[in-house]
Amino acid sequence: MNESLTVQVEGLSHWFGIGAMRRQVLQSISMQIAPGEVVLLTGPSGCGKTTLLTLIGALRKVQQGDVCVFGHQLHGSHRGQRQQLRRHIGMIFQGHNLLRCLTAEQNVQMGADLLPELSYRARRDQARYWLRAVGLDDHLSKLPHDLSGGQKQRVAIARALAARPQLLLADEPTAALDSVTGREVVDLLQGLAREQACAVLMVTHDPRIVDVADRLVQMEDGCLLPTLG
Amino acid sequence: MKSGFWQGRRIPLAWLLLSRQPLRLMVALAGICFAGILMFMQLGFRDGLFDASVTVHRLFDADLVLMSPRSMSSISMSGFPRRRLVQAMAHPDVQGTTPVNWNFLLWRNPETLKTRSILALGFEPVDPLFTDPELAAKAKSLTSRGRVLFDQRSRSEFGPIAEWFDEGRIVETELAGKRVRVTGLVSLGPSFGADGNLLTSRETFLELLPSTSPGSIEIGLVRLRPGADPQAVTRSLKESLPNDVQVFTRQDFIDFEKNYWRSSTSIGFIFSLGAAMGFVVGCVIVYQILYSDVSDHLPEYATLMAMGYRLNTLMGVVAREGVYLAVMGYLPAYAAGQGLYALVRSSTKLPVAMDPPRATLVFSLILVMCMASALLAMRRLVDADPAEIF
Repeated sequence: MNESLTVQVEGLSHWFGIGAMRRQVLQSISMQIAPGEVVLLTGPSGCGKTTLLTLIGALRKVQQGDVCVFGHQLHGSHRGQRQQLRRHIGMIFQGHNLLRCLTAEQNVQMGADLLPELSYRARRDQARYWLRAVGLDDHLSKLPHDLSGGQKQRVAIARALAARPQLLLADEPTAALDSVTGREVVDLLQGLAREQACAVLMVTHDPRIVDVADRLVQMEDGCLLPTLG
Repeated sequence: MKSGFWQGRRIPLAWLLLSRQPLRLMVALAGICFAGILMFMQLGFRDGLFDASVTVHRLFDADLVLMSPRSMSSISMSGFPRRRLVQAMAHPDVQGTTPVNWNFLLWRNPETLKTRSILALGFEPVDPLFTDPELAAKAKSLTSRGRVLFDQRSRSEFGPIAEWFDEGRIVETELAGKRVRVTGLVSLGPSFGADGNLLTSRETFLELLPSTSPGSIEIGLVRLRPGADPQAVTRSLKESLPNDVQVFTRQDFIDFEKNYWRSSTSIGFIFSLGAAMGFVVGCVIVYQILYSDVSDHLPEYATLMAMGYRLNTLMGVVAREGVYLAVMGYLPAYAAGQGLYALVRSSTKLPVAMDPPRATLVFSLILVMCMASALLAMRRLVDADPAEIF
């Protein structure tokens, strides 16, 4: 295993269901992501993109094959090890998944709170810094329900980045947004990730945003298609 | 130390989860408060009734008490030969004795002319009866026949005796069919068995109740020489006296009466059951609230787990919600309990008060209620699968 790679996947297979209902969703997938690389994963729905994302994101148990994130083998890892590892992985969801009872600033601080060495004030400053970075300095104390879809997604990005991840996983971050807002959000994501030298793996259907990628990976029926460019 | 505190400071998620849903919070608090009030009332009544059963017992000036073995409680007293008290005097540690007659007599309310049963104690006016030193002066008036001292804390159904007496009127009425005059007021308090009390001389008592044999008394008060060991004297008196009399220490005498109400009646069970009902109702309400709260926020909890928050941290959030609910629900219940106790005291004259042990007990019960509910609601958290939120 190459320690210097952010993500290294070798011969990863995954099944859902049990008994007669057991169905293979991933078939010996191998891929790598280098630090700071922006990789776009596309493919028809139901081809296993999200499953791959959750396996790399240490959200699921690996059944067969090797998944190494930051040099940590996930195959056979405990729940606690995966949880610890997730602190270094930022996640952006299709729905923004913000905490409804927290303001924008508090939501972002929930991300910053995962940094153990910082004081409360420093973590709050972090949260403000990232909200400024995504252009929401005027909306610090608004609740998610007072924000527009694009603003919510930008808060979610700020929250993911506030934990200073080395890997960012995004599942169709533009799905709920119109094309202009979607473009803005992706540009922002790419720019900020570059600044932090943070690798990005983004699942998307949206053909308008493929140009932000360093590399495009296509998937079909649980297999990766040969790399295009 | 200080930096450690600031380091540990987090967004008060539990508090925000509760406070940003004011309606749900109000429902939860109303439920907990209701359960708390129910427990305060039931436990208060129970303890109040047990305490009330010995209001008179506590007042006696006695180290030991002699009673007939057939006496089961203050409402069913039997007599024993007065000679036993004289025999007890022979013990070197016994300093003095007071024979007391104890029975219920019919008192006619001088205003409405309705009769009601009142507890009458008959004693020799020269003997000490209660530890209260004021009684001795008032007792002198009892030396004439047909005189009684009326308990001003008796229930109002006996008539406005105290008011009339304080106005300077001559208060006369009928007791057990004979005319008596109130020559003074004492302050004893109604007990569970007796709605009111009066004191009179043995002479008057025997006149009112001619069926009582002059040599028979219901209670014998025994006072010991200072420094004597009540337990030792009790043992030696038990040996020397025939078995038509029982010897109690003062505390045993009080406990004997309380124990009658506790074990021979269903009062203790009924009120404890009432308190348990309050507890169960509170549990159900808090569990419902916390469970639906966790369920509603399940995707958010799953998101936090996906971000790397530990399951224990999230359980801590639910536990903290439980603690906040307990504290916020207890405070109004405590205030309402105080108010209701005051109401009970004024309308029933039962000695019900907010004592620290009961306040602590109810708080503990509410805390247990909230924490048990939180624990059950936490099981729902395990269903938060971070892999499902993508």
